[in-house]
Amino acid sequence: MPQPIIEINNLHAGVEGKQILKGLTLTINPGEVHAIMGPNGSGKSTLAAVLAGKDGYDVTEGSVLFHGKDLLDLDPEERAREGVFLAFQYPIEIPGVNSTYFLKAALNEIRKHKGQPELDAMEFLSFIKDKIKLLDLPESFLKRPVNEGFSGGEKKRNEIFQMAVLEPTLAILDETDSGLDIDALRVVANGVNKLKRPDHAQLVITHYQRLLNFIVPDFVHVLTDGHIAKSGGKELALELEAKGYDWITKGERQPA
Amino acid sequence: MSATQTKPVTKDAEPIIALFERLEKEGALRNPSWVFPLRQAGLAKFAELGFPTLKDEDWRFTNVAALTKLPFKPVLQLHHHGLDAGAVERFAFPNLGGSRLVFVDGHFALELSTLTPESGVKLTNLATALNSDFGLLEKHLGRYANGERNPFTALNTAFFHDGAFIHIAANASPSPIHLLFISTSRENGLAAHPRNLVIAERGAQAVIVESYVSLDGKATVTNTVTEAVIGENAHVEHIKFQDESAETFHLGSLHAEISRSANYLYHSIATGARLARTNLHTVFNGEGIECVLNGLYLVNGDRLADHFMVVDHAKPRCKSHEYFNGILDGKAKGVFAGRILVRPDAQKTDAKQTNKNLLLSDTATADTKPQLEIYADDVKCTHGATIGQLNDDSIFYLRTRGIGLDNARRMLIHAFAAEIMDRIKCEPARKHLDEIVWDRLEQHSAVAVSK
Repeated sequence: MPQPIIEINNLHAGVEGKQILKGLTLTINPGEVHAIMGPNGSGKSTLAAVLAGKDGYDVTEGSVLFHGKDLLDLDPEERAREGVFLAFQYPIEIPGVNSTYFLKAALNEIRKHKGQPELDAMEFLSFIKDKIKLLDLPESFLKRPVNEGFSGGEKKRNEIFQMAVLEPTLAILDETDSGLDIDALRVVANGVNKLKRPDHAQLVITHYQRLLNFIVPDFVHVLTDGHIAKSGGKELALELEAKGYDWITKGERQPA
Repeated sequence: MSATQTKPVTKDAEPIIALFERLEKEGALRNPSWVFPLRQAGLAKFAELGFPTLKDEDWRFTNVAALTKLPFKPVLQLHHHGLDAGAVERFAFPNLGGSRLVFVDGHFALELSTLTPESGVKLTNLATALNSDFGLLEKHLGRYANGERNPFTALNTAFFHDGAFIHIAANASPSPIHLLFISTSRENGLAAHPRNLVIAERGAQAVIVESYVSLDGKATVTNTVTEAVIGENAHVEHIKFQDESAETFHLGSLHAEISRSANYLYHSIATGARLARTNLHTVFNGEGIECVLNGLYLVNGDRLADHFMVVDHAKPRCKSHEYFNGILDGKAKGVFAGRILVRPDAQKTDAKQTNKNLLLSDTATADTKPQLEIYADDVKCTHGATIGQLNDDSIFYLRTRGIGLDNARRMLIHAFAAEIMDRIKCEPARKHLDEIVWDRLEQHSAVAVSK
């Protein structure tokens, strides 16, 4: 059995004194795609934020090991360099910061961390050429400021494009389907699928089953009230789509 | 001194009036004689207004008390400054090309200047032109810088001795012109009053750079006035770079009179001085004018940078945009006041104004006062102002991509400055100023904050 990519154990976390994650346990192995589904307010986005290292979230109990290392001890940039990537639900517009400059700086930080030589401007451009095509992005967007004036779909494609460039071992997709029409969803999902590797893993966070028609998970977990109430295969997503979340929320209140 | 006796005289103006009278007796202000009435009018205006206080609406946020205590000793002539060409070279704009006029404490220094004759351009110092170009000067000098209630402009008119005179003939497009004003800052209380007159005739194209720097750290005053006459269909890019020492008081005003279909692009890049106040006054005297006033101020310590402007839409179908960004660190203060005046005739005016302030410390402050005064009904006018710190969400986003906290902050601060710097069209000027701005930012403690 290879070492898991991430082992989340009994994670308790909250924001501003409010407990949101209440004992979440999840292990993801190389090559696996996991989906986390759950109703609004169940803690999905908190999980993404805590894993990426966002300020303001307090972990009160539990642990997260990433390739065997204590992830929670690292700054957000150190997590990224170790191989964590968060595709934002709402990607941030950064006026005045050129997309190429930004992404080259990011890639070189990660390469430096891995002991690889940094890429110069020419090498960088040839490195990203195919990856741009993968996401069906016009090359002109590289000359624009990061996400500025991008449509919702372009922003999401840009997130996956960054994922393609930075090659994380764990990609966390936070509600990547939100705000996308079916064509945009197909492009994004197709990109994600092409980036699947036996030594990498993906954690797809979504409210709706729709995305999972395109990114087919190996495991589906239902998050309610801050912990995983039920896990299953991809068929669980269909069951949730048909029955809603209520039957799980109610069922899990009974003592085990 | 009849000019000053007919109106009430403010108390703190008395030493200045006494100084004027003494200099007049010594014969320092009488040459040439046709300028003297202009000086008298300037002095009268100053006597009426006096030094501003916080009670003056136009000076509400900028306290000049420390400045008014200085003796304001005008520098009457070029003194032995000991500067050589090599010493001046560090203030040059590399690759700008064209002529460079160097002024030391407000006086033209021929031996330090580089004059490249070009057809269609008359380029000389004002003291020379006062005697040789009587016709043009009498027509323009002091005609534009007289409408305002700015005591420092009046003071300049009373005491100026030298500065630049630039005349660009119709349809001429000379190489960029650099006016370099070096303050030796050798003695407390010295005051230089440079006076510039720029005339760009119909269809002329020009780039003019005014830069103000100092050699030493004494508390001196630079009080400069530039009048610019922009002819029909002329395209002028005008850059003012103020990088004086942290002890200097810098006061500057621009008075631009713009004619039909002209395009005037003005930049104020202010990185220096203990207290710097820049007044911009543009009057649109024809239809179809496009005017951009673009500025970046960058201050730390307990320094202050103030931009005050009036954009006067007197004619229809003109476009004006003001963009001013401030980066404030330490206990520094940024002040912005922008007034857009749309007169009744100025239909189809398109006027926009933005002032953004980035505070890098908890103790830096910004006061901003955008103001629209509209008397026409078919116009498009907007204004907005922000004061804030770096956006936490943006920093987090960059960090999740592997970029460290220091670099993330740097990127965002640089981007904020670049919004302004990128509007400088003259590439050598932009590159040079970009480097200086970046250099200054790196010196600010709050740009790089190690965790």
